[in-house]
Amino acid sequence: MTYAAGVDVGSTQTKAVIIDEDLQIVGRALVSTGSNVTVAAETAYEMALKQGNIHEEEEGVGFIVGTGYGRYKVTFGDAQTTEISCHGRGAVHMFPGTRTVVDMGGQDTKAIKVSPTGEILDFFMNDKCAAGTGRFLGAAAMALDLPLDELGPTALLSSRPVKITTTCTVFADGEILSLIGKGKKVEDVLLGVHHSVVSRSIGLLSRVGIEREVTFTGGVACNVGMVSVLNQELGFEVNVSEDSHYMGAVGAALFAMDRIVAGRSPARRSEVRV
Amino acid sequence: MSSTSALVTEAPVDKRGSSIIGRGNKDGNRLFREWYQELTTAPERKEHSAYVFVMGSLAEILRSFDIHTIFPEINGLQQAVRHVADDDIGRAEDYGFSADVCGYVKADVGLQLRGGEHPMGKIPPPSLSVYTNACNTYIKWAEIWERMYHVPTYTVDIPGTRAAGRLTWPGHVDFENDRNYVAGQINEVIKLCEQVSGRKFDIDRLREAMAHTNTMSRKWKRLIELNKSSPAVYNAVTDGTVFLGMMNGYRGRPEGAKYFTDLVEEMEYKAANGIGTPFEEKYRLAFVGVPCYPIFRRFSEMFTEWGGSFVGSSYLWFASGGANLGYEYDLDHPLESLAEGLLITVRDSMDSMFFSDKSLVDMIEPYGIDGVVYHPIKSCRTVSTGLADNRRAVMEATDVATLFVESDHMDKRVVSEAQLKNRVDAFFEGLATRRQRLTSTGAPTGRA
Repeated sequence: MTYAAGVDVGSTQTKAVIIDEDLQIVGRALVSTGSNVTVAAETAYEMALKQGNIHEEEEGVGFIVGTGYGRYKVTFGDAQTTEISCHGRGAVHMFPGTRTVVDMGGQDTKAIKVSPTGEILDFFMNDKCAAGTGRFLGAAAMALDLPLDELGPTALLSSRPVKITTTCTVFADGEILSLIGKGKKVEDVLLGVHHSVVSRSIGLLSRVGIEREVTFTGGVACNVGMVSVLNQELGFEVNVSEDSHYMGAVGAALFAMDRIVAGRSPARRSEVRV
Repeated sequence: MSSTSALVTEAPVDKRGSSIIGRGNKDGNRLFREWYQELTTAPERKEHSAYVFVMGSLAEILRSFDIHTIFPEINGLQQAVRHVADDDIGRAEDYGFSADVCGYVKADVGLQLRGGEHPMGKIPPPSLSVYTNACNTYIKWAEIWERMYHVPTYTVDIPGTRAAGRLTWPGHVDFENDRNYVAGQINEVIKLCEQVSGRKFDIDRLREAMAHTNTMSRKWKRLIELNKSSPAVYNAVTDGTVFLGMMNGYRGRPEGAKYFTDLVEEMEYKAANGIGTPFEEKYRLAFVGVPCYPIFRRFSEMFTEWGGSFVGSSYLWFASGGANLGYEYDLDHPLESLAEGLLITVRDSMDSMFFSDKSLVDMIEPYGIDGVVYHPIKSCRTVSTGLADNRRAVMEATDVATLFVESDHMDKRVVSEAQLKNRVDAFFEGLATRRQRLTSTGAPTGRA
């Protein structure tokens, strides 16, 4: 059996995925990126191999594609592809009807328009500012001293979102604490935060054109509150995979498998590794 | 000015080719240094200088009075490329200018505040300033010099296009009214120059300068057309910036006429012999906006390392003051023709910023464009406003790929190299996939 791997080095987390020739995920791993990007990539890759019970010496991982901001630090990889292409490819693979992808990560949000074959037709990303990204939610979690995975469920307890006026991540905690100080309920403030982030992402989506089906990818897609608010604002349900967090790595692994199939792969990993 | 063009290419060149390939950049860099040296030493010779701008410099009139032209926009981009702009921008902000003010303006203010010491020489203070309304900032910018140096400034008000595609031409009543309006202002500029220089206006000297500009405009138009060649004979962003410096700095001068005559000869030779820029051209691109000068070389490399070649640029249209039209003055009627030329070319400069979508669509096929790169800049709303709509219009009219990346032409604080590269890489990945698809379906895939 030949395998292909994708390693997505994001700003906060690094994801690795191994797929087999049937394009099924056989191993996946997620670690914090931390300060040593190469080590994070290696760790995630090794963990994914272990989870898939793949022994490189016996079974070949024929090609590895690095993606994400740290893609050039995947020193054991064979090629690099941007996460824009990878999220598009991964989303169309998981949901073939996908025509628009919204990927929300730790520090950026992307709106991607794709063809039925996964070709990137257009894309827009947030600018240097982290408003409207996972970082904004992170700032809210810190201000309210809540774990990230409780943000969504807590927000969904509310039916009266408070309007958050700042879009600046730096000032977010100040406004949130001020609202709490005024007696606003935590869930109402949090739902307001979710609406604020969704509103920014819809702005980006509008720039590429919102065409159904829309697939929501990236770590923030694991937040049920975000999915709910996005569905509400769009007026229809978006696709969300259980592997949404890994979508960039999945796309990278699919590109890696393309290279294997095209016969352009280098020798087995064990032979080229130095 | 820096450039990525090399003197040598892999294509075989004969003796003539060896002597002329690369001449444009070499001579351009030399003449540019000489120009700054002239400016540096002008006060010693008690010569006057005028601060002017690239869109409607009225260089021919100023030359006829031997008044030097100084382009703060060119000074500014040099400050950015040579990495001194940050300090000057900071100095201007400390002086009281907002972070939102144009980076060119603040780099100039910073430069003036420290006595005009520029990496290319010493910029003398102005005796006057003459400019058009092509950029709204020009007017406020000149007011700064008015206050700093107590010199006269003159705004030549050029009636622009009333609406996209609604141009009037000589013979039309609106055009003739506009021409008279501009001609009246030119007469006032001449009087101002007489006062400042203490000389009488000499129409033959004006005619002489206009004749040189005619040669330059004719050659500029030809230069732009020559990049229909495949591979492109020059990089419209990097080499193009050298050419723009020459077009403005030497406008109306014999050195400028000779430079562009030689340059066109060089590019015609390259086109005839299939010689391009020194990297393998895989994708042909058009550039819209102003380059990212704080990381000028790196910005260019982000494209060239993928084989992306800029074959055209809206910058070569508007920053040349509309020379792309190849407008030539009627030397038998110099003043009337100067008014007509100023009206037509400055109007075109403005249109190249505000209504360039049609021009871009028109260049897709003849230039074999694979993609259009939009580069709006934070500190200049004049060239950036409407680019998103422009992009949408181009995408609706053609199936060409586009990239929209925002940074700045001067202020490094709003330039994020990693984010730019990520977007550029994704753009080329898309172009590669698109080409693969077109190849597999037998559709035309461009020229590369």
